Amino acid sequence: MSSAPRWRRFDEWDTRPLRLDQFAVEDPEAGFATFHSPWDPKPSARIENGRVVEIDGKAEADFDILDSFIATHHLDPDVVDEAMALDPTEVARMLVDINVPRETLERLARGMTPAKLVSVVSQMSALEITFAYAKMRQRRTPGNQAHVTNAKDDPLQLAADAAVAVALGFDEIETTMRVASNSWSNAIACAVGAAVGRGGVLFQCSIEEAEELRIGMAGFTSYAETVSVYGTEAAFVDGDDTPWSKAFLTAAYASRGIKARCTSGASAELLMGFHERQSVLYLEARCLCLQRAMGVQGTQNGGIDGAPLTVSMAGGMRELLAENLIAVWLGLECASGNDTRVSESEIRVGAKITPYLMAGSDLLCSGQGSIRKYDNSFNPSLFNGEDVEDFLALQRDLEADGGLTPIEEGEIGNLRMRAIQALAAVFQELGLAEVPEAWMLSVAAASGSLETETFSTGEVTRISEAIRDRGLTAVDVVRALEKRGFGHEAENLLLMLRQRISGDYLQTSAVLRDGKVISALNDPNDYQGPGSGYRMSDTRWEAVRGLRDVQTREKVLERERRVDPTSEPWLVAGGEAGKGTDPREVVIGLSPAFGNELTQTTAGHDLIDVVLALTDGVREGGGSPRLVRIRHTADTSFLGLTAARLSGSGYAIGIQAKGTAVIHRADRLPHMNIELFSNAPITTLEHYRAMGRNAALYALGREPEPVIVPTEGQALGARYHVRVAMLYAIETGLVTPDAPPLELTFTIGQGGSRP
Amino acid sequence: MTSPLDLYPISENAPDQAVSASGMQLADLTLDAVVSERIGAGDIRISADVLKLQASIAREAGRDRLALNFERAADLVAIPQDLILETYEMLRPGRISEARVLVERAEMLRRDYGAHSIASLIDEAVAVYERRNLFRRRY
Repeated sequence: MSSAPRWRRFDEWDTRPLRLDQFAVEDPEAGFATFHSPWDPKPSARIENGRVVEIDGKAEADFDILDSFIATHHLDPDVVDEAMALDPTEVARMLVDINVPRETLERLARGMTPAKLVSVVSQMSALEITFAYAKMRQRRTPGNQAHVTNAKDDPLQLAADAAVAVALGFDEIETTMRVASNSWSNAIACAVGAAVGRGGVLFQCSIEEAEELRIGMAGFTSYAETVSVYGTEAAFVDGDDTPWSKAFLTAAYASRGIKARCTSGASAELLMGFHERQSVLYLEARCLCLQRAMGVQGTQNGGIDGAPLTVSMAGGMRELLAENLIAVWLGLECASGNDTRVSESEIRVGAKITPYLMAGSDLLCSGQGSIRKYDNSFNPSLFNGEDVEDFLALQRDLEADGGLTPIEEGEIGNLRMRAIQALAAVFQELGLAEVPEAWMLSVAAASGSLETETFSTGEVTRISEAIRDRGLTAVDVVRALEKRGFGHEAENLLLMLRQRISGDYLQTSAVLRDGKVISALNDPNDYQGPGSGYRMSDTRWEAVRGLRDVQTREKVLERERRVDPTSEPWLVAGGEAGKGTDPREVVIGLSPAFGNELTQTTAGHDLIDVVLALTDGVREGGGSPRLVRIRHTADTSFLGLTAARLSGSGYAIGIQAKGTAVIHRADRLPHMNIELFSNAPITTLEHYRAMGRNAALYALGREPEPVIVPTEGQALGARYHVRVAMLYAIETGLVTPDAPPLELTFTIGQGGSRP
Repeated sequence: MTSPLDLYPISENAPDQAVSASGMQLADLTLDAVVSERIGAGDIRISADVLKLQASIAREAGRDRLALNFERAADLVAIPQDLILETYEMLRPGRISEARVLVERAEMLRRDYGAHSIASLIDEAVAVYERRNLFRRRY
C-alpha cells in the first residue's frame, strides 16, 4: 500500500492570503505573552504616611522611572487600600454590570496598580471586554480618525483627500510625510482641504516633537498624538524620553491650545527589544497608568505599530481589546488602534473591527486609511481607501455608528476640485507656487499618487521650506482664502482658530460636530443598558444606511421590467388549456408574469430566447412542445406539476420569469421533481435547450443524464436575491386563485406552439 | 454659586471669559478682523486664565490629573517657545550630565515666570534621574 497522498486542500490553503500572516508561539521568556507571563509581578501596593512605598511587589528604593511617576501621580492614597483589596473577578463583574456606574469604577481604578488592572481584565472574555468597553468609554457619540498622506507628499492630492475625509465624516485627520522637510507643505495642504465642505475637523501633522509643536503654534494643526510612552524604563529611554519630559511636552501642547493624546500599545517594548520578559498587557497597563498620571486627556492605544506582532500571538485581538478597556476605565479618551493592517486576511480584518463597531469608540481607528494603501505614509491601516465602502457596509449591517457617512459621486468630484482650487489659490496668493490646470484635473481624478501629474518632491520641499522660513501661519491662509473668494473655507479655518482661544477641545474626548465641541464633559457616555447610551438619531441612521447604489423597487423595475407598451404581445392567450393526448407532448408551463410584466431572467436572457431554447430542445429530443400560461401559482414545483398534469406524456417543464425551471411528472409529489434549475442567474440558454431535450427524452421513456448547472460557489444570494425578491413579488401579485391554465400561442420566431 | 461645569463649553456658555493671551475677546475674532489685519497670529493664543478655567472645569468633572496638566500649561503660556523647547530637550534622558543645570532651570522658571508647578515637575525629575542614573551622556 502506497502512503496516503497529500490532501490538495492544503495546497489551496497554502495560497490563501491568510498564509502570509505569521503566527507566533507563546514564549514569555522572549516576550511573547499576551495576558500573563511568569515574570509579571503580583498586584500589591502599600501606603506609608500618605505616600506609596510599594507597587506590584517592588519597594520604593527599587522604583524605576515608571513606578516613581505612577506612585506619585496616578495612585490615589485614599482609594488604594479599598481598590487593591477587591477580588479581581468581583471587579470584572462590576465592569459588565449595567447597575454599577462608570464613575464608581473610574474611582476604583485610581487606586489600582498596573498588575491589579491586568488581574481584573484577564478574567474577562472578548465579549465581556467589548461590553465593558461600550459602558466605560468616555464620550457618548462615537467618532473616527483618518490618515491623509501620499507617496509624493503632493499638497494638491493632500487637499483633495482631506476634503474627501471630511465628507466621509472623519472627526480627525492625521498626516505625515515621506520627506521630513515637507511637513509645512503637508500641514497647509491638509488644513485647506479640511476646511472644504463641512469643516470643523481636528488636524494633526505627525513629525518630530519640536517641529510638530512649531507647526501647531503656526495654527495649522489642532491636535498631536505622537506623545509616545513605553512600558519599561529601558524602552522609554531608548525612545528618547522620560515620563517627566513627556508630561512637560503634554503641558506645552495645552499651553498653545493644542489637543494632545499619548501613544502606546502592546508589543512596542517587544519590537524595541526591552520587554523584561513581561506580558504585553502588563507593560501596556503601566503605560496607561502613566498617561493618566501625566494628566493627558487621552491615548492612542491598542497595539498601534505593535498590533501585527500582538495578533500573531494566541488571544492577541482579545489583548488589544483589553488594553483599550483599561484606557477608558482610567478615564482616558481612547483612539482605539485599528490603524495597522494586522493581517493579509480580509476575514481577520473584518473580525478585528467588529467589536469596536458594536461597542463604539471615541475614535474607532487612529486612524483609518482614507487613501490607497500604497499612499499611506504611516503604513497601511486596518481599513484603507480601497475598502472604505466595506466599512460603511459593516456600519449598516450592524446598525452601528463607526463615525463614517456614505458619499455620492457627484458631490465628491466637486469637493475634490474645490479643495485643489482653494489650495492653488492660496499658493498663488502667498507666492508659493503656480498650479497648472492640467495638474488640478489630474489630481482630482486620481485615486492615488501613482496616477498624478503634479509637483515633484523637490518642488514640494521648496514650498515647505518657504512656508517655514517666511513664518507663514494659518492666519495668512485665512486671509488668502477670503481674498480669493473661498469665504466658506476661510470661515471654517477660522472656526478652528477660535477653538484655540476657548480651549474647549482640550477636555477629554473632544471633537467638533457642526462647529461645536462635544466631549466627555457635555456628551458623557451614559450607557446603563438597553434604552440608554448612544443611539443613532433617525437622521444619522438614514445617512448611515444610504450606501451607494442601494436597490429600490423603482430602480429594479426600471431596469428589469422592460415592457414596451407599443409592442405586440408575443404570447397570446387562448381558451382554457385541456389535457393533451399526444404521448410525445411536453407541456411548458409559464408563470403568471412570464413574458408580459417580466421580460428577462436573472441571468439577463430575453424570455423569448428562453422559450425558443426550451421548445427547440424538446423538438431535438423528439418531443412536441406546447405552451400554457399558469395563473393560479407562481411556485416552480406547482408550475411544473400543473403543466405535467396537462401533458399527453405526463412530462412537463415549469418555468418562472426569473428563469428558475423544473422538469416534472404528473404522478409525482409537488416537491419531488425530476430535474431542477434552481440557480437562474448562472443558467445559460444552452442549459434550457438541454432541459427541453431531456424532458422529451423522459417522455419517450429514455433515461437521459440530468443537466447540471455548474456553480463556482458565487454568493448568488448576495448578488441576486434583492432583485429576485422584488421581481418575484410581481409574479405572486399576478396569481389568481383557482384560475385555470390557458393555451398560449407563440406569435414570433419558428412557431413553438400549436395555433 | 454655579458650578464651573456650567461654563462648558466656554465658547458657547461663557464666551466673554474666552479672552486670548493678547487680551482679544473671542467675539472679536471675525473674518473681517483677520482680513483687515486688525488681528494677527499673535492674537490667536490661549491665555493662562482660560487654561485655569478649563482646569477648574476638569476638576469639577472629576478629572483632577487633567486639571493639573492644564495648570502646568497655564504656567507655560508666558514662556517663549524657544525656552520651552530647550527645557523639553534638557528633560530628555542623557541630554545633560549634571543635575545642577536642571535645578537652575527650574529656579529660573519659578523666578522669572512664576511657573511653580512646572518647576516642581522638574525638581521631581531631577531626584529620580539621579537615583536612576539618567544624567549620563547618550551621544
